[in-house]
Amino acid sequence: MYFCGENKFTDLKTNFKQIKEKIIETILMLSSASTSITVVLIVFFLFIEGAGVFSKKPIEEGFLLAVHPSNSIQKLEPSQIKDIFDQKITNWSALGGKNEPIVLFRTEDITEYYTEEELGENFEHFPAKIDEYITKTPGVIAFFSDKYKAKDFHGKELDVNKISVFKFLSGEEWFPTAQPVAQMGVKPLILGTLWVSFGAILIALPIGLAAAIYLSEIARKRTRNILKPLIELLAGIPSVVYGFFGLVVIVPLVQDVFNLPVGETGLAGSIVLAIMALPTIITISEDAMSNTPRAMKEASLALGASQWQTIYKVVVPYSASGITAGAILGIGRAIGETMAVLMVTGNAAVIPNTLLAPVRTIPATIAAELGEAASGGMHYKALFALGCILFLITFCINMLVELVTNRKSHKKH
Amino acid sequence: MKKENRLAKRKRRNQKIAFGLFQFVSYSIVALLFIILAFIVIKGIGVISWEFISEMPKEGMTQGGIYPAIVGTLCLVLGSMLFAFPVGVLAAIYMNEYVKDGWPKRIIKQMTNNLAGVPSIVFGLFGMALFVNKLEFGDSLLAGSLTLGLLVLPVVIRTTEESLKAVEDTFRHASLALGATKWQTTSKVVLPIAFPNILTGLILSIGRVSGETAPILFTVAAYFLPKLPTSIFDQAMALPYHLYVISTSGTNIEASRAMAYGTALILIVIVLISNLLANALRKYFGRKVKMN
Repeated sequence: MYFCGENKFTDLKTNFKQIKEKIIETILMLSSASTSITVVLIVFFLFIEGAGVFSKKPIEEGFLLAVHPSNSIQKLEPSQIKDIFDQKITNWSALGGKNEPIVLFRTEDITEYYTEEELGENFEHFPAKIDEYITKTPGVIAFFSDKYKAKDFHGKELDVNKISVFKFLSGEEWFPTAQPVAQMGVKPLILGTLWVSFGAILIALPIGLAAAIYLSEIARKRTRNILKPLIELLAGIPSVVYGFFGLVVIVPLVQDVFNLPVGETGLAGSIVLAIMALPTIITISEDAMSNTPRAMKEASLALGASQWQTIYKVVVPYSASGITAGAILGIGRAIGETMAVLMVTGNAAVIPNTLLAPVRTIPATIAAELGEAASGGMHYKALFALGCILFLITFCINMLVELVTNRKSHKKH
Repeated sequence: MKKENRLAKRKRRNQKIAFGLFQFVSYSIVALLFIILAFIVIKGIGVISWEFISEMPKEGMTQGGIYPAIVGTLCLVLGSMLFAFPVGVLAAIYMNEYVKDGWPKRIIKQMTNNLAGVPSIVFGLFGMALFVNKLEFGDSLLAGSLTLGLLVLPVVIRTTEESLKAVEDTFRHASLALGATKWQTTSKVVLPIAFPNILTGLILSIGRVSGETAPILFTVAAYFLPKLPTSIFDQAMALPYHLYVISTSGTNIEASRAMAYGTALILIVIVLISNLLANALRKYFGRKVKMN
């Protein structure tokens, strides 16, 4: 009896122990799932908000565009409407309509056609007068608030095409707050991002490679142990400090050297980004070079090659995939960098054709504009769509790095 | 014979030029680091005073101090670490001690890598969509801390994993052979040995968090708020955002330049201290563990 009880008690104890172990393991598992959950949530929220751009009309909420009832045009592209209001298109025939000059009408123009008395003391006749003006002007296109739309409105409401994914990516104008219709073309931003990033990598790659070779093959161990942590320290400096340094030192320098009207250029951004990408490139390439088998190097030296020949004929080719991974990661870091770029590139949303002019990148656009964009509005959603693009680019870059480094480990075996 | 000699000479000359160039480039990079640091230290040191770190900003942020920004950054560091450190360490323990090699581990690893590669501004967007708008925390320390916490999570996981890997298997085997359970082995044997290195990772993460700007732009940072946060639902100023504001869009950029140098110096000092501390700890404990 006594023996039996003892047994039961230990059973209970081991049971309890096992349950405890299981609970702990579950907690650990949940914690390790946190990163995956976060990535999924990021994708979910970014794409939900970003997709909104393509399902809403780009016309400002609460406003409408109207034309004369006899006008045969039904629908217009956002870019066409912008051209009309910029007076680049001045005749309906250019849009496939009748040969009729276009007359622009905005709410505030009403005072040119009607006196204050006619409009009434509190503008109570406003809707009727707008309606009257539209019906008597055949070539009119009117942009006004919903609340001025007469109950028996005679004009024809003009439909605006939604922005298609293709138009979003290939559009060349980024005026997200333009009236009457927002222009959401991200091509200048994408190109700006790529120009600045590739400029940065063009500067950083040769320098980084040289430093990596020196650290891994040439420098004595003591020198290396001093230099490496210092170079890694460069990665620790906050990006906003780089931006500030760029703003007060590099921007004026670029302006003086190239004799430019403004120093805030793509080149200034590239230089700052190059400094920031250096530690990444150096650390990863150096690791790859250090992994070159000693036998290979010694074989080369034994054949009479100099140390330098060994480096560029044996070490560099052997660690090519590691160097590539470093370069790609450096580009990735440059593409996603926000604050430093925002502070030094001048942020002009035009398609870049030289690095010596202001450019604007995707991250800088988000950082600069999200604060002003009304939550849930068209502009807000467009910025999330930009975030999606950025996320996709960096995601692809990560996958590419994975691919490159995996190939290397296959080769080894 | 003569020709060979010339060839050897050329070889040696080429090598000398190349090596000299590489050495020069390497030292230039280090020189650049010192130039950046020296520049900010020299320009900023004159601004630093007790008033600068203990007073509210005044006169459109051209006078006074940066006290609320320092406090805000400290709150953000504390908040984000309270979230990221336990979660990250537990995740790393699971990855290194529990799960076996296979596709679940690969997926977790890949996802952690992906999260580490997400640009900081995307974290800002995400934090705004989820914490500020969806969960209705508003612009608050809570939203900012969580966003920053997610940002450093991969850093914490990686450094912790490295430190766990460095613990030799003999310790685990000995403990398991004595009849200890897996968790007992992990918590009583592995973690104490790995602790110094985990701490190093924590300190490095603190350095990273205190300098991040983009994730807090839309989740917590206040342009100008001359009071301290009183709850986790308050907005707060933060050092990196403050530096951004006064160097680009302040009311009077020229007049606030001195304040900007001071703020940059404080930021750099925080980062440098955390890096040096981490290095020193690593060295100190590295020696101690070996001695035992």
